Amino acid sequence: MEEISKEEALKLLYNMKLIRAFEEKAGELYAEGKISGFLHLSVGEEAVPVGAISVMGPNDYLTSTHRGHGELIARGGDIKRMMAELFGKKTGYCKGKGGSMHITDIKIGHLGANGIVGGGIPIATGAGAGIKIKKTDQAVLCFFGDGAVNTGAFHESLNLAGLWKLPVVYICENNFYAMSVSLYRSHAVKEIYKRAAAYNMPGVLVDGMNVEDVREKVKEALERARRGEGPTLIEAQTYRYYGHSRTDPSNYRTKEEEDQWKKRDPINTYIKKLKEKGYLTEEDVEKMDKEIEKILEDAVKFAEESPEPEIESIYEDVYA
Amino acid sequence: MKEITYREALREALREEMLRDENVFIAGEDVGIYGGAYAVTKGLYEEFGEERVKDTPISEAAIVGLGTGAALIGLRPVIEIMYIDFTTLAMDQIVNQAAKFHYMSGGNVKVPWVLRTQGGAGRSGAAQHSQSLESWFVHIPGLKVIAPSTPYDAKGLLKSAIRDDNPVIFVEHKMLYNKKGPVPEEEYTIPIGKGIIVKEGKDVTLVSYSKEIDEAMKAAYELQKEGIDVEVIDPRTLKPMDFELIFESVKKTSHLVIAEEDHYTLGVGAEISAKVSEEVIEYLDGPIIRVAALDVPIPAARKLEKRVIPDATRIMDGIRRSLE
Repeated sequence: MEEISKEEALKLLYNMKLIRAFEEKAGELYAEGKISGFLHLSVGEEAVPVGAISVMGPNDYLTSTHRGHGELIARGGDIKRMMAELFGKKTGYCKGKGGSMHITDIKIGHLGANGIVGGGIPIATGAGAGIKIKKTDQAVLCFFGDGAVNTGAFHESLNLAGLWKLPVVYICENNFYAMSVSLYRSHAVKEIYKRAAAYNMPGVLVDGMNVEDVREKVKEALERARRGEGPTLIEAQTYRYYGHSRTDPSNYRTKEEEDQWKKRDPINTYIKKLKEKGYLTEEDVEKMDKEIEKILEDAVKFAEESPEPEIESIYEDVYA
Repeated sequence: MKEITYREALREALREEMLRDENVFIAGEDVGIYGGAYAVTKGLYEEFGEERVKDTPISEAAIVGLGTGAALIGLRPVIEIMYIDFTTLAMDQIVNQAAKFHYMSGGNVKVPWVLRTQGGAGRSGAAQHSQSLESWFVHIPGLKVIAPSTPYDAKGLLKSAIRDDNPVIFVEHKMLYNKKGPVPEEEYTIPIGKGIIVKEGKDVTLVSYSKEIDEAMKAAYELQKEGIDVEVIDPRTLKPMDFELIFESVKKTSHLVIAEEDHYTLGVGAEISAKVSEEVIEYLDGPIIRVAALDVPIPAARKLEKRVIPDATRIMDGIRRSLE
């Protein structure tokens, strides 16, 4: 495995922590009734977007999911505008019209979260086809969950990408549950990465609780894509600590199972590793936490103080 | 002006736009080597190569997603769904994704694609290859819907659709591909959302579109013999609809009939009827009559299919009812 510099390692940790803090804060605000709508938290899954996006090129693209705050933050999304969008404010990413599931930021190559499971997969594939037509060396990271793997959109897209050798890296954030139904109760083939064989592309299993493992495997896949060798299907096994959404009682899985996964927490294990390497002290962690807390405080303040969208804006942006 | 077919007019539009803008490309089932199920794209694969005229697998959702993803990053895809009946296989990508992307993202991105498809009966294609499903798309904010009836309109509107920054559903008719008509030698476009008066008249307004216009015109000329002067309007674009043109005509004639090939219930005509009722009902001197396809799946047998789709006789009956 490639040695990661101290600076890079701390950045990975910082981004994972920022995502978790954002999610925890959003969860609190939702409980307080300050955020409405649908809220799908990715706590526990942070290593996947952070590791994967850390090796994206500046001009690359990504598509994300309904559980998509992690991808946007890892890509450098604006925390204030994200929070304002969750509050439904005019200053939000989507001017209050999208909410949590539809944030898009073309300036950083973010082609949208998505409210439809599997909905982003054909779009990422289309961006890959567009890149091939334009003959640039860009690539696309396509994030989706284990549930999306069972949609027709997944099958149609991966077949097309495998056939045309499109520069797309398909990253399944496998948290083992499609809302309440476990992978073991919904997938004929339990090893998602093995499905790659049907599409003439490599299938790679990744430890989604290990940010460096994700990074390494996605880096290889991106290099393959840029060499014109086509797509890769990566299965990153991970776990969401909270329910599907904020109204989910999680009655379909056991406390024991949850605890087993939490022992492998991507942030705690990485802190331990970086301390052992001498990259990090407890004081550094505290300093990082303080910095992040401040960013979130500022974001919440910005969101709370921002104006609501004007009624007249209802008709804006229906058509370009 | 030269005389060319609807098919040739569409092909000219595609070719000219591909020459004009290197970001325009075509993708769909059988559009390449085969030249399109209805031969619209014939020759374009040879001229532009497989990078810009892409044969795809039978994967309608992926075809539309291919358009959306490529459009998001700056291309101008013209995707083809072979039959409008097959858009059912891509509805998430059309309705939930492409149509709403601009709005949901607060204007952050746009989706400038054209989805070419064709509908309509007339070939004994039966219930899965003969439908006119355009009203589904008219219902969805964020989409534009075009349904041309002549070679002139087909060419001018397809060029405008390709240059438009929104997702446009471009509905051709399988029985119009061989229809000939005058098309200028020189470059032209037709604005989206502008209808035309195909035939002026003073007694009754008859709104129709796509192939049904031909039946509407037959009805109008037959009734002329009885002294009924029919004004025929072709909105050409179904969304946004040129309601002003229809209102002005209704104000003049005080009678409205809509002839359409889609189903009677909640079809395009239902919307026109409702809109006229809301806006200019005081000018009406009779009931608004919709002459539409019967509310049954389209049957295969020629005799039955012919009965389901409104012909000139049924339109004439409708006009007489509106004037009673």
